[in-house]
Amino acid sequence: MTQLSPMQPTKVDVAVIGAGPAGMAAAVTASKAGLSVALLDEGQSLGGQIYRNIEHGTPFRDGILGPDYVAGRSLAESLRASDVTYLPRTSVWNISTDNMLDLSRDGSSSQLIADKIIVATGAVERPSPMPGWTLAGVTTVGALQILLKASGVVQEDAVLVGSGPLMWLVAAQMISAGTPPKAIVETTPKGRMAQAMPHILKALKGHRYLTKGLSMMRQVRGAGVPIYNAATDIRINGHEIAESVTFVSKGKEHTIRSSHIALHQGVVPNQQVTRLLRCDHKWDASQHCFRPVLDGQGKTSVPDVYVAGDGAGIGGAKSAALMGRLVALAIAQEKGKAAPERVYRLQAALASDGAVRPFLEAMYAPAPQFVKPAKETIVCRCEEVTAGAIEDAVDLGAPGPNQVKSFLRSGMGPCQGRVCGLVVSSIIAERRKASMDETGYYRIRPPLKPIPLSELANFQPLEVAQK
Amino acid sequence: MAKRIENTGEPVQFTFDGQTVMAQPGDTVAAALTAAGIDILRSSVVSGSPRGVFCMMGTCFDCLVEVDGVPNRQACQIPVTEGLTVCSQQGAPDVLEASA
Ligand SMILES: Cc1cc2nc3c(=O)[nH]c(=O)nc-3n(C[C@H](O)[C@@H](O)[C@H](O)COP(=O)(O)OP(=O)(O)OC[C@H]3O[C@@H](n4cnc5c(N)ncnc54)[C@H](O)[C@@H]3O)c2cc1C
Ligand code: FES
Repeated sequence: MTQLSPMQPTKVDVAVIGAGPAGMAAAVTASKAGLSVALLDEGQSLGGQIYRNIEHGTPFRDGILGPDYVAGRSLAESLRASDVTYLPRTSVWNISTDNMLDLSRDGSSSQLIADKIIVATGAVERPSPMPGWTLAGVTTVGALQILLKASGVVQEDAVLVGSGPLMWLVAAQMISAGTPPKAIVETTPKGRMAQAMPHILKALKGHRYLTKGLSMMRQVRGAGVPIYNAATDIRINGHEIAESVTFVSKGKEHTIRSSHIALHQGVVPNQQVTRLLRCDHKWDASQHCFRPVLDGQGKTSVPDVYVAGDGAGIGGAKSAALMGRLVALAIAQEKGKAAPERVYRLQAALASDGAVRPFLEAMYAPAPQFVKPAKETIVCRCEEVTAGAIEDAVDLGAPGPNQVKSFLRSGMGPCQGRVCGLVVSSIIAERRKASMDETGYYRIRPPLKPIPLSELANFQPLEVAQK
Repeated sequence: MAKRIENTGEPVQFTFDGQTVMAQPGDTVAAALTAAGIDILRSSVVSGSPRGVFCMMGTCFDCLVEVDGVPNRQACQIPVTEGLTVCSQQGAPDVLEASA
C-alpha cells in the first residue's frame, strides 16, 4: 500500500468505475495481468445490479433469488482474492481531461489519476412516463427487487405494470418470497411475437434464456396472478399516494386498487459518465437507446477510456463479465503485459451469449405510449415538465434537448436527466421529424451528483495497492 | 403493505420527522422507511406534491431527505446507523453544489 500526501492524487494503471459483473471481471483480469487496479463503486457492496448484496446473502434469500443470482458469488470471491483495491461507497463525480477522477467517499473527496479508465456503470431502467407516475407509492420494478435483495423487504399488494424479462423475473422472485404481485398489467403491444419470429432461429442458440423466460411466465401464471395483456391508456390514480391503476385491455377498461404500483420498460445504458467524457454515442434502433461508439475491444472515441457491460449496450450479466475480461486484456496488451487468457475464446462466448438478444429486443421494444407520452404526462419528474410543454418548446424553435432544457428546466434538476433524457429526445425527434442521432441527448456536466462544498474542503488521500 | 421476509440481526433505531423507526443492519434509510410503511419522503420543488422512493438505486433523486441536518441526501444510498436523525424535505432547500 502506498499513501500519498493530501493534494497529491494517487496513481493507478487502471481505474474501473462500477463493481457489477463487468467491473469485477475487468478488475480481476487486469490485476492478473500485472496492472495496478482501483475498483470504485458508489454502492455499499460488490455486485452491481444483478448481484446486489451478493456477499451478504442468506440461504433463504438465495433460494428466492435463484441460481443466476448465486452464480455471482464466485466472481466476488475472485475479486476479494485478487490484488485489486476495491473502494465501496465511492462515487465518481467528475473526470477531467488528464484522466483525473474526482471521488466522493464518506463525506470527503479525493482524487485518482489512471492511465486507463474502464467505465462499467451498467444500466438504468427505461422510463415509463404515464399520468400519475410521480405519486408516492409508484416505484420501478427494479426498486422492488432492490428492496428484496438488499433488505429482504417485499410489498404485499404490488401491481407490476410494463414488459420485459426483468419484470417477469421479479414477479417470479416475489412468488418465491411468498408475496405474489396482486396483478401484472403487461404492456407488450399486440403483434410483437410476429415481429420477433424472424429472430427465433438465432435465439434458439441461446435456448437457456428462452427456457428460463418461459418457466418464469409459467410460474407466475401457475400462482394464479391475474395477467392483463397489451394494456394501453394506463394511468395511476390517487391523491397523495397511489390508490389504483386504470387501463384498457382487450377493449375493456379495468381499475385495480393498490397503493404500490411498480413500472418497468426494460433497461438502457447508463450514459452519465460516457456523456460527461464527451465520448461519441450512436442511436441503436434495435435496443432503442443511445450507446457509446466502441471499437471491437471496448475502446471509446476518447483516448484511454473503455466501456464494458450493459453501459455499452444491453447484453446481460454474462456478457458483461465476458466483455469486462476482453477490455482488460486489450489494456494489458497495450501496456505490454502478457494476456492471462485467450481473446478468441471470450469473443466466441460473447457471440453465443448474445444470440437471444435480437429476439428479445424485437419482442420487448418500448410500447408507443412510453416513447411519445400523452400531452399532460409529466416527463421530467424533477422539474415537473410535461410532454406537451416539450412539444410546445419545439414548436417555438428549440431544436434539441439542451435548448428545451434552457427553455423549461427539464433535465436541470438533481437527476440531470437520468430518468427523462431518452423520452425528451424522442419527443423532440418525433415532433421535428428528425432522427435520434440528429436530435442528440442532454449535455452532461460535472458534478455528476451534488457535492456539498464542505466535502471539497475535506480532502483525504486514497490508499491503493501498487504493483 | 411492506413486509420483511427475514431479520438478519439486531435492530437499529433512527428517527424520521421525530417518529422512531426500526431498521435491520444493512438497510438504507429508504428501505427502512419503506419497510415501516412510510411512502412519502418529501414534497416536489414545483407543485409541492408528495414524493417517495422511485428507483432505489440512486438514479432518480426522488428520495431526497435531510440527514443529520444535511439536506438533499439520497435516502436510498445512505445506510441506517443507530440514532440517525432523518427529516422529510419540503420544496427546494438551498442546494450546495460544486461548481467544478
Ligand atoms: C435495478 C436493476 C435490477 C436488475 N436486476 C437484474 C437481475 O436480477 N438479473 C439480471 O439478469 N439482470 C438484472 N439487471 C440488468 C443488469 O443491467 C445486469 O445485466 C448486470 O447487472 C449488468 O452488469 P454491469 O456490470 O454492466 O453493471 P451493473 O451491475 O449495473 O453495475 C454498475 C455499477 O456501477 C456503479 N456506478 C454507476 N455510476 C457510478 C459512479 N458515477 N461512480 C461510482 N459507481 C458508479 C453502480 O453503483 C453499480 O454498482 C438489472 C438492472 C437494473 C437496473
Ligand atoms: S429512490 Fe431514486 S435516487 Fe433514491
